Formats: sequence, structure tokens, C-alpha cells
Amino acid sequence: MSESAMTFADWLPVIFIGLMGLAILIYAMLDGYDLGVGILLPMGEEDEAQRDTMIASIGPFWDANETWLVLAVGLLLIAFPSAHSMVLTHLYIPAAIMLIGLILRGVSFDFRAKAAVAHKLAWDRAFKIGSLLTTLTQGYMLGQYVMGFDPGWQPQLFSCLSALGVTAAYSYIGANWLVMKTESKLQRRAVNWAKLAGRSTFLGVVAVSLVNPLVNPGVFSRWFTFPLVMFVLLIPVICFAAFVLNDRLLARLPKERDRHCRVPFFVTVLIFLLCFTGLAFSFFPYIVPGKLTIWEAASAPESLMFILIGAVIVVPLILAYTAYSYIVFSGKATDLEYH
Amino acid sequence: MLDTLILSRIQFAANISFHILFPSITIALCWILFFFKLQHDRTNDPVWMRAYRFWVKVFALNFALGVVTGITMSFQFGTNWPGYMETVGNIAGPLLGYEVLTAFFLEATFLGIMLFGMNRVPNKVHTFATLIVAIGTMLSAFWILALNSWMQTPAGYEMRDGVAHAIDWLEVIFNPSFPYRFTHMLLASGLTAAFFVAGISAYRILKGDEKRAPRLTLKTGLVLAAVLAPIQAFVGDLHGLNTFEHQPQKIAAMEAVWETERGAPLLLFAVPDEKSRSNRMAVGIPHGASLILTHTFNGEVRGLNDFEEHPPVKPVFYGFRLMVGVGLLMLAVAWTGVYFLRKRREPPRWFLKVVVGMTFSGWVAVLAGWYVTEIGRQPWLATGILKTADAVTPVPPGHVGFSLTMYLLLYAVLLTAYIGTLKVMAMKAVRTEEFETAEPDQAGSLTHLPQSSKGTHGGEA
Repeated sequence: MSESAMTFADWLPVIFIGLMGLAILIYAMLDGYDLGVGILLPMGEEDEAQRDTMIASIGPFWDANETWLVLAVGLLLIAFPSAHSMVLTHLYIPAAIMLIGLILRGVSFDFRAKAAVAHKLAWDRAFKIGSLLTTLTQGYMLGQYVMGFDPGWQPQLFSCLSALGVTAAYSYIGANWLVMKTESKLQRRAVNWAKLAGRSTFLGVVAVSLVNPLVNPGVFSRWFTFPLVMFVLLIPVICFAAFVLNDRLLARLPKERDRHCRVPFFVTVLIFLLCFTGLAFSFFPYIVPGKLTIWEAASAPESLMFILIGAVIVVPLILAYTAYSYIVFSGKATDLEYH
Repeated sequence: MLDTLILSRIQFAANISFHILFPSITIALCWILFFFKLQHDRTNDPVWMRAYRFWVKVFALNFALGVVTGITMSFQFGTNWPGYMETVGNIAGPLLGYEVLTAFFLEATFLGIMLFGMNRVPNKVHTFATLIVAIGTMLSAFWILALNSWMQTPAGYEMRDGVAHAIDWLEVIFNPSFPYRFTHMLLASGLTAAFFVAGISAYRILKGDEKRAPRLTLKTGLVLAAVLAPIQAFVGDLHGLNTFEHQPQKIAAMEAVWETERGAPLLLFAVPDEKSRSNRMAVGIPHGASLILTHTFNGEVRGLNDFEEHPPVKPVFYGFRLMVGVGLLMLAVAWTGVYFLRKRREPPRWFLKVVVGMTFSGWVAVLAGWYVTEIGRQPWLATGILKTADAVTPVPPGHVGFSLTMYLLLYAVLLTAYIGTLKVMAMKAVRTEEFETAEPDQAGSLTHLPQSSKGTHGGEA
């Protein structure tokens, strides 16, 4: 009896890292597309109507999307408090800048529609800048995390590369969201953005995938151990295929009767899933690479149990009503009205 | 010299003070919206729908500000107060987690339906979405106040190797001060929202709005405030008694009682001086404090000198008086308003101006009250478990100074923009003709926003 209880206590951190991973992945996909839409916002005077449509396309969703970040940080804090402290004290400045970015874009969204008309353009700029600040700092923090918070110049360079890569990836999923949710001129524009962003993302993913195993010997040996290598190399192979497929498909969009307009978005979701799996595979069971494992960082089992019960009941509900909201607001964004 | 501790404290206070402004409106405003929607469904009178449409936009603005300023809070624990999570993380973590799981997603998702779904879901589902958001905001308050109350009056835990472990979750959640603090805060939100609604409605009427909607919402706000204000006085008294029992040093600071005494006076005004440990220029009602706190004429009130450590006296003493003062003012204004309403005539302009002046009175009272209870908790972060100074981050002061400066600048801009935008929205509503809002109007649609190239004012006839 006591032995099986022990085993379960050992499993709890694994369950929680899984939940946290899920929250981060869903966050990257969902807030990814609405951040991407923010980054892509065209700022010309003649683009105002397009800006309205673009922002309307994310209107009913952005708030819930952002909540996944709160859940991910919350789970880190609940399940792995010492890792939470270690990560966030190291990332003090970028985290603060990211929060400024998140605040800016969150409020601009509301102010642009409600403030004096003369200020609308200024709030649109704030929305774009806020989105960009958020994605750049998130990418930078990801780079720092992968590099184990090494302050040297090479890790800094890598983190800057990662900042650009993540920004490209968010723009990619954002552009494909617009391909799915808009029509006519704006859709054609989004197709072009998607092609460009897709290629940039591809370069970013390749660069990070090469640098990561080279600087982290543990990562290298994990990926290139026979016979596992045969299996895990499927991840980059499928990822590559997905990039190529999407690029070819985008070259032929929009098609008649808007066929296949949803495909690029879901292929991008697959790419996000694969990249995330690759990262998770590289570092598990470390929660802070090279420093802290999930078992060392985990909080007390009774606390984890208490929140797990809630999560098991509530998370399916959250997924269900999130799905409901996507069904309610399916279709092209041009019909979305704000009352 | 400003060190990391004091800078982090200022930053936390700034962040949470700015944050609380918006939830203190939205928690109750959503119930008011639900009331408008119910009235509309029941009576089919379109005026209720117009009220709903105007206020749901105001709600969305407040909600967005609440969300984004709240995200900052969840990072603060890690960036500035790592010792907090390391010591009481086993308690704080799950409570915060339940807030995210049960409240945040619910609010955020159904708010989308509330705002954009009116023509996409059946009317009943839309009304239901409004109810769900109202429940969500309340649940959010439930969990965060459970945690805050636990920090004030910890229960249901034991310490193992310097780390708090929960042994009874019901005791953790329903700790001694929680029921009082929760009720007190919900009522505070009700009063804040009531005056907010009444104030903006009065502003619209003063600016020449002839429509029925602002008159109806003014009435809603005033009646709600008139009902809630006396209840709040009663609950506030109970909360005080609970604090007297569990945190007597906080009460001693609130009343500036230095020496333990029987028949302590209720000070109306004084200048507490921590150096000489006495009050100057004290004006008080004899036996007042004893009467309120012990409900006997000569009850004993323990003085600050009896405690080894106690919170700083001045902010707690003045904060408490400010809160009570604003509360009494609210009571007077709300009852005067109801008096005019009962006379079945439009309140005079001077009264409307007073109500406009009271628009943000709830903020003053809420902030003053929170400063009393949070400064009153010092030097402890979690009473008897962890001191504030022991939880602070090792990050250099320059970093904290940098982030604090950025936050303060941003908050100044946001507050200006927020109040400016409320004015713009109110003026837009004044100028909009009744028939325009009777049907879902194009000017209010997010894809048909007023364009800057065309004219100066969207929505104007």
C-alpha cells in the first residue's frame, strides 16, 4: 500500500509537467495567432478597414488565449515553486518588458474601439508594438532558458536569434489564421505574409535545432543515441515536410470557393506541436535545463493532489466551452459584430 | 537609500493598487448587467437593452484593464517575492491555481460571447453568458480573498522544515477572517460599481442627454448604493470585531491606542507619533472605541506598547478614517438620491454634480481599506509564518527600479486614457439618437468602427 502511494507521489510531478506543457503549447498556438495578427497589423492610413477586420477576427478569443499563459505560469508556481522563483528572478527584466507589452496590447484592443477617433491610430500602433514586445521577449526568454541562463555573449546571441524565431513563428500562425478568417484583398495579403513568415520560421527552427544540441551535450546524446535516433528523427522529418507542404499550398491560395483556406492554419498547429515536442524531449525531466529536475522542484504531494482533483474536473470543461466559443464564432471575421 | 525590499514593496503596492481599481468595478457591474438583461427579457422594454449595450462596453474596458494588470501580479510572486512561494507555496499555489481554473477561463470565454455573440447565440444563451461571467468574477474574488485572508489569519496548516503544508483545505480556505473579508469586499465592489454607474449616468444627464436609459441607470445605481451602504457599515463592524480577535495589533494601530486601556475613546482626529508613542491633537468620543470593539462601555483595548511588533501606525490610522469617511458620504448621497427619486422628480442639477463627483468614490474607499488591512499585517507577509523582508528577491535594486519606473509611467498613461475614454463614451451616448440604438447599430460593430478619414465623431446623427 505504502509502496504504491510512493509511486504515485513520484508520478505527480510528471503529471504536472505534462499539464504545464499542455498549457504552454495551447498558449503558444492560441495567443500565438492573436499576437501574430498584432505583429502583422499594417499601419498605412489606407489600411484602417483591414486593421479593423484583423482585430475583429481575434476579438472574442484573445482574452481567453492569454489566460493559458496565466495557467502555465500558475502551474509552474503551484507545482514547481523553486523553479518558478529561479526562472523568474533570472528573467526579471525580459519578463517585466513582456508584461508591459501584454498590458499595452490588451488595453489598446479596447481603447482603439472606444477612445476618441483621433487617437485610434495611436492605439493601433500601441497594439502592434505591444504584440512585438511580447513575442520578442518571449523568444528571448526561451533562448535564455534553453541556455541555462548563461550570461555570456554567445548565449545572448542565441537568445536574440530565438527572439526573432519565435516572432516569426507567431507571425506565421497569425497570418494563417487570417488566411482562414478573412476574404478577398486582406486574405490575399495574408497569404503573402504567411509565405514570408513561414520561410523565416523555417530558418529559425533550423538554426535553433542545430545550435541547441551543439551547445548542450546532454541534448546531443539524447537525440543521437542509436536506436532511438531512427524514431525521434521522425520529428524533424515531419516538421520539414509540413513546412514544404504549407509553402506549396500557400502559393496556390486562395482557391475557388475558398477551398483549403483552413489547411495552412492547422498545418502550422502541427508544426508548433512538433517543435514543442522536440524541445520537451531535449530537456525532460529537467524543469530548469541542467540545474533542477521536476522531482527536485516539485511542491508537497498533498498540495499537488488538491489541485489535481480540480484540474481533472475543470480542464475538460474549459476545453469544452472553449470549443463552443470557437464554434459560435466560426466563419469569416467580417461578420463579427461588437455590441 | 532605496533597496530592493522597499522598491519591491512599492512596486507590489503600485501594481495591486492599480489592478484592484478595475475588479472592484467589474465584480458587481456584471451583476448589474445581468439585472439589465433580465429586465429586458422580462419586460421586453428596449430601454433595458440600451442600458445593457452602453454598460457592457464600459464593462469590457474595465475588464480588459483588470485582466492585463492582473497578469502582472502572477509574475510578481516569482520575480520579486521568491521567498513567498518557497515558504507558503503549498498553500498559495493551489488557491491561485483554482482561481485560474475555475474563474479566469470562464470569465474570458463567456465575455467573448457576451460582447460579440448577441446575434450569434439565442437570447437565452446570451443572458446565461452574462450570468456566467458574473459568477466567474465572483469566484475569482472568492479564491484570491481566501488566499489573502489566509495570509492574515492562517489556519489548517503545519510547518515542516520551515515550509507550510496544508493539513485541512477547508480550514485553509474558510480561515477565520475569510467570510468577513469576502463579504466586505463584495459589498465594497457593489458600492463602487453603484456609484460608478450613477456617476456616469448623472454625467450624461448633465450633458443634455434626454433619453430614458441614463435616468434608469442613475436610479439603479442610487437605489443599489442606498441598500448596500448600511449593510456595509454592519458587515464592516463585524469584520472589525473579527480583526480585534485575531489581529489585535492591527486594531490598535487603526485606533492609535498606545497603552492598553479600559474605556478607550474613539478618535475622530489625531496625529499619531511613533517616536513619542502618543497622539497629538486628539479629538475623540470617550469610551467610543471600547463600545464599538467590545460592545461594553469599559471594555479593554490592547495598546500598541503591548505588542513586540506592530504595523506602522499613521497609514493604518488615517487609511481607516478615510475609508469610513467615504463610506458615510456614500450613505448620505445615496439616501438623498433615493429621497429625490421617491418624490418622483428629476434630482436637481447640484445633486447630479455631487453624484458625478462621487463617480470614483468607491476607489478611494477600497484603496484606503486595503491599505489598512495590508499595512496592518506588517511586518508579516503571512502572519506568524513569514516576514515581508525575508521573502524578497535577490535581484539588484536597479532592476526593480527600472521595472517600477516603467509600470508607473504606463499606469499614468492608462489611467488618463481610461478616464478620457469613459468621457468619450458617455458623450457619444449623449449624442446618439434613440432610434439608432434600438437596433444593433453599425457604429458599434467592431468591423465597422468609426473611421478616422470620415468626419470627426462616429455614431453621431
